[in-house]
Amino acid sequence: MTGIVLTAPDMTRAITRIAHEILERNAGAENLVLLGIPTRGLPLAVRLAAKLAEVEPSFDATGRCGALDITMYRDDLHRHPTRPIGATTLPSAGIDDAIVVLVDDVFHTGRTIRAALDAVKDLGRPRAVQLAVLVDRGHRELPIRADFVGKNLPTSRDERVDVHLAETDGEDAVILTGGAK
Amino acid sequence: MKHLLGTKGMTREDAVLILDTAAQMAATQDREIRKLPTLRGKTVVNLFFEDSTRTRISFEAAAKRLSADVINFSAKGSSVSKGESLKDTALTLQAMGADAVVVRHWASGAAYQLAHGGWLHGSVLNAGDGTHEHPTQALLDAFTMRKHLMNTDGTGVDGKGLDGLRVAIVGDVLHSRVARSNMHLLTTLGASVALVAPPTLLPVGMDSWPVDVFHGLDDALDAQPIDAVMMLRVQRERMTGGGASFFPSPAEYTRMFGLDGQRMARLADNGIVMHPGPMNRGLEISAEAADSPRSVIVEQVANGVAVRMASLYLLLAGEEQS
Repeated sequence: MTGIVLTAPDMTRAITRIAHEILERNAGAENLVLLGIPTRGLPLAVRLAAKLAEVEPSFDATGRCGALDITMYRDDLHRHPTRPIGATTLPSAGIDDAIVVLVDDVFHTGRTIRAALDAVKDLGRPRAVQLAVLVDRGHRELPIRADFVGKNLPTSRDERVDVHLAETDGEDAVILTGGAK
Repeated sequence: MKHLLGTKGMTREDAVLILDTAAQMAATQDREIRKLPTLRGKTVVNLFFEDSTRTRISFEAAAKRLSADVINFSAKGSSVSKGESLKDTALTLQAMGADAVVVRHWASGAAYQLAHGGWLHGSVLNAGDGTHEHPTQALLDAFTMRKHLMNTDGTGVDGKGLDGLRVAIVGDVLHSRVARSNMHLLTTLGASVALVAPPTLLPVGMDSWPVDVFHGLDDALDAQPIDAVMMLRVQRERMTGGGASFFPSPAEYTRMFGLDGQRMARLADNGIVMHPGPMNRGLEISAEAADSPRSVIVEQVANGVAVRMASLYLLLAGEEQS
């Protein structure tokens, strides 16, 4: 299977549903903080925050959304060329006692999220950490699961999932390529 | 990058990468937990053949904030004072599994020799060699200037150089590796550099250097507005005494080259005052200048840790380079 698995309207619907699920799970938007994991988790977090604010007007979409760069917490740094370090920005109130929702584009081995959990631990002590992802493609290597999933996408290991976002790539699409021929 | 030996020949791209990385490192130093796990399991050796508490503890703090193990090796009271050669010291460090060696040496070229002698497997960071180079000092100076002077349009300083800045380096250029490293780096980043020193404290053969030279701080201030003035330390032993003196008297030096409140007022509008430390208050810099709001001297120390963290990260974190 190759091609577009999520179109732009699909993506919008998935983000809208996740926003509602987050509010339902946490009984509102109080103490919620969204942290996007660069590169593409960040625009997704911004979109999700805007959607939350649409549903719950009391939610401050810009003030409660941040970026969490996990480069320095990765466990595979020595296996790749040196990676540039991105910016980490937190809401001015910090994340202590907040409910932090980590936002990423593709959920795969779980190693990125493990690194993110370590990074969160160094930044404060949230009341709870939850995970929202646009695509879950399976093949976990760690006992980590997502709380909110846009689309479950069964894949084989040699397939490739690319998320394109208007903010970074000029279009909204999730594209599956490669795999057994 | 495998080694950090000097700023001469460093590309603008690499320099900006180090400064951008340092900015992210600096941001982590405002947190409650300042330690990062990035270099866990790596060993950094501080190999110091000259006393330098400031540079050593700066590198030590940088390595520890990145979770590397640090071994301090100072020449005094060690095998080196028993006559061990640089090669044998290097082989010893190699056998101990040093991933990086931070070296300060009184001989120009020692860091290069250590990096290219084939004795060490790890990276070499030059923390000052003779009168040659001191790249991390120049990088922290550039970082400080960029942060204070390049955010004119409010878009931040990431990715920027120092284009258009006018920097004056004042003092003992002859013996100063800081001046040399700064001159190369600042011009690579687009700044123009004026060297201000008595003729006795300028090296011969500097015709090819891309700088303007002045023999008095007033002349330099008259010639053009200065955005950053960097005061170099005058070494006590070079002041007076027999045929070894480089200028007639400390008082005369202060009169011609010292930075006081009046001269400071003639800097460009947002001009900053810098000093690599330790300062001789009352000699090259007055207390008024050193303690003024324009002075970024204490901040330079904090930025030094961030720049050294960035250097260690860029040299050590990625896959091994040959």
